[in-house]
Amino acid sequence: MKVLWKEFTKMLVVSNPLFVVLLGFCPALAITTSLDSALGMTFGLTFCIFFTNTIVSLIRKWIPNVVRIPVFIVIGATFVTIVDLVFHSYVPAIWAVLGIYLPLITTNCILLGRAESFAQHNRVVAAIGDGLGAGIGFGLAIIIISFFRQLFGTGVLSILGHTIVTLPLLNEHPIGIFILPPGAFLVIGLLHALFRRTGVEKSE
Amino acid sequence: MNSSNLLTIFFTLAIVQNFIVAQFLGLCPFFGVTKKLSDSISMGMALILVMVISAAACWLITYKLLIPYDMLYMNVVVYILVIATLVQIIEMFVKRTNANLYNAFGIYLPLITVNCAVLGITLINLREEFSLIQSIVAALGGGFGFILIMAIMAGIREKLELADSPKSMRGLPVAIFVAMMLGLTFFGFGGIG
Repeated sequence: MKVLWKEFTKMLVVSNPLFVVLLGFCPALAITTSLDSALGMTFGLTFCIFFTNTIVSLIRKWIPNVVRIPVFIVIGATFVTIVDLVFHSYVPAIWAVLGIYLPLITTNCILLGRAESFAQHNRVVAAIGDGLGAGIGFGLAIIIISFFRQLFGTGVLSILGHTIVTLPLLNEHPIGIFILPPGAFLVIGLLHALFRRTGVEKSE
Repeated sequence: MNSSNLLTIFFTLAIVQNFIVAQFLGLCPFFGVTKKLSDSISMGMALILVMVISAAACWLITYKLLIPYDMLYMNVVVYILVIATLVQIIEMFVKRTNANLYNAFGIYLPLITVNCAVLGITLINLREEFSLIQSIVAALGGGFGFILIMAIMAGIREKLELADSPKSMRGLPVAIFVAMMLGLTFFGFGGIG
């Protein structure tokens, strides 16, 4: 249990995939237009990383070193297919918003990165903690990004149809750029600069 | 993107729906390889090659194998395996036949297997129900847009090294802001309204 918690918090904060290690940019920019899609992505990615890490760690002694990358990719792709089918049948609205970015979890650097650099060398419990930490750490990062994008881009903050906050002036005249693709770069760039300023992240 | 016109598909994917700044596909090499102009062009060339061949191969497999046998739900697993295999074959082929070419972009080939632009174009082709020719043109357009942005970005970043940007902005954050401006510019090609 201790190992699990240690690996979990390590991935969650110290080496947060998106903010510190800089992995997984593509979905972080593409699907952060609303909190709903960020939550859907978090769930899908955590599920895939959790199972990929577990299975890779379980069979790590039988994977020949030369073909390990294809093996990891196929294991990952299998769980991505499961997530894709589950989302399609149970939450079709979120499935439609996520679009091709859901199947593209297959080529997500975090998924492969954790299998390659952690799960194949470690015991199952540690790999589970690492996988959950990476998934949820990434999830937190994209939820922070989508929070700002949805709040300023539409003036209304809502989760699953429930409105939480409505900004008085902004909901009539929202700052459209936050919802547009360039807005994703704007928010993530500002967050990175902020983290460097406050010393969370090292400057170059 | 519903128009069947090939030119429309090409320019939509190259400019308006640009892979990097509008659809966010293939961002890892975008921030990693764009520090030098020559590197970014070699990488882009390798990517176009893989994208076009994968798009054609995946189209054939989809319509001649997966759909007739009702196995379309397997598409992600099949596509990624096809792409990984193709990349290996292309790498061996280039290595044997043309040493100069291999030195120019051989080292980027393994990276391309896990580039979301390649899997992305095959999935886009599937969702838009493109024909074989349309798929190939879409892959060419996407790849062209990719090279275009990579080259522009590398050119800017070479100058940016000399610029006196604020300390906490140096390096990645300022590169992300440049990407934002490029995104805004390319967004303009979509027209207003």
